[in-house]
Amino acid sequence: MSRSGQWARAQLLRWGAPGIGLALFALWEAAGRMGLISPLFFPAPSVIIDTLVRLFGNGELTANVIATVTRVMSGFLLGGLLGLSLGMLMGWSASLRQVVDPLVAAVHPIPKISIFPLIMIVFGIGVLSKTLVVAIAAFFPMVINTMAGVRQISPIYLEVADNYGAGPWKVFTRVILPASSPMILAGVRLALNLSLTITTSVELLMAQDGLGSMIWLSWQTLRIEELYAAVVALAVIGILFRFTIVMLTKRLVPWQSRESA
Amino acid sequence: MSIAGTHIHLSYPTRNGSVVALEDISFEIRAQEFVCIVGPSGCGKTTLLKIVAGLLKPTSGRIVFNSTAANGRPRNALVFQEHGLFPWMSVLDNVGLGLEMRGVRRKSRHAQAMQFIEQFGLSAFAYSYPHELSVGMRQRVSLARAFIMDPEVLLMDEPFASLDALTKVILQQELLRIWREHRKQVVYVTHDIEEALLLGDRVLVMSGRPGSILEEISVPLTRPRDLLDRGRPEIVERKNHIWRILEEEVRNGIGGIA
Repeated sequence: MSRSGQWARAQLLRWGAPGIGLALFALWEAAGRMGLISPLFFPAPSVIIDTLVRLFGNGELTANVIATVTRVMSGFLLGGLLGLSLGMLMGWSASLRQVVDPLVAAVHPIPKISIFPLIMIVFGIGVLSKTLVVAIAAFFPMVINTMAGVRQISPIYLEVADNYGAGPWKVFTRVILPASSPMILAGVRLALNLSLTITTSVELLMAQDGLGSMIWLSWQTLRIEELYAAVVALAVIGILFRFTIVMLTKRLVPWQSRESA
Repeated sequence: MSIAGTHIHLSYPTRNGSVVALEDISFEIRAQEFVCIVGPSGCGKTTLLKIVAGLLKPTSGRIVFNSTAANGRPRNALVFQEHGLFPWMSVLDNVGLGLEMRGVRRKSRHAQAMQFIEQFGLSAFAYSYPHELSVGMRQRVSLARAFIMDPEVLLMDEPFASLDALTKVILQQELLRIWREHRKQVVYVTHDIEEALLLGDRVLVMSGRPGSILEEISVPLTRPRDLLDRGRPEIVERKNHIWRILEEEVRNGIGGIA
């Protein structure tokens, strides 16, 4: 292939994804303006952007974003930290793993949103139940990934640490933690995504604020353009989570930068 | 320091009953001596080295260290096969590992590590991570990490096994040069007969599993040694001799027809 041909190919690949995206939006916009699709159910992108600007301006969107992110983060931190700690212990102790692993494996496949009503029976309909169901969802990917991360540590590293006189604390901070961190970060990514999904579901069902609640309310009152605005906001949050994880991975596991994407 | 092992046995349980890995091994390693252990793969050379390092306990038998060093000096430092470096630490931190574990402050640790990094010709790579280095450079880092500890004995587990032939020769020479400067006692495990003869004062020849010591051969070369020593008739003769001892062991190990 000629040099200019190679250049054209590289440009095509580079701009392919944004190009297709923009083309679809343009098509959507055009179809809306020409009256080919119902403006009530499929408001044009320009209308959605207007709505976003309006809702952002009057503070409604910001308040809902804050409510949702707060639920996601509190559930994620609670469940994630518990999962991280238990995963470390289970990775380390074969006996603990033998007892607890079957329980984890048994409960893990249950879609966590399905036990939300049961949680509410026990913990009421307040903030506690909502945090708990998100925490339970975040707990599983963290415990499973952390355990796997600790288990896959090559025994050579532990022998090296032993031979060079590392005490238990140094073994933990200088070997176990860094050696398992790629897997833990993969767990964080899964747990954050799940937390966002479960938070949205919970808000659709049982909340006065948050993006999920906003979606449900706008659906019931047929303000469909606000529903779209909330979906866009959720997408942006998801993308920001992903971006944060990628940055975190680059920073925390520089020796594995190739696998960070 | 002298190290004496007497009647060392090691067996471990498996699903199909107990497996004997080492059988009645006795040896003595004198102060400042460079001893090579050569044997077919799977014969328990590494296991024996781990016993000397204190990472494994023998099932029976004793290993006695006659230490003359002052307190605080580690008894041994292991140089592992290629995967012994921590991939999450820079060269500087890997070399300073033992000092860090000993509680040496960061600044003085880095200063000392830098000296050894220089001695091993790695100055340009102090802040690199192991995956950015060639296999040969990685093993130099491993050597620096062991030497900086100033241990009474260096234990090496086929440190150059995965290197290409040319790099291997260079690193063997470097090892001998630095060893001359520091005069350490070395126990060096390898499956390369020629390497054992070129590096060691004595060579212990091990049998296939269960590992036992078949013969002890002293190397009639003076130091400093030369690359061309490998062609000397007394070395060639010993090489052939060891190979004759080991040939059957290796054949048994791979299930071939004798």
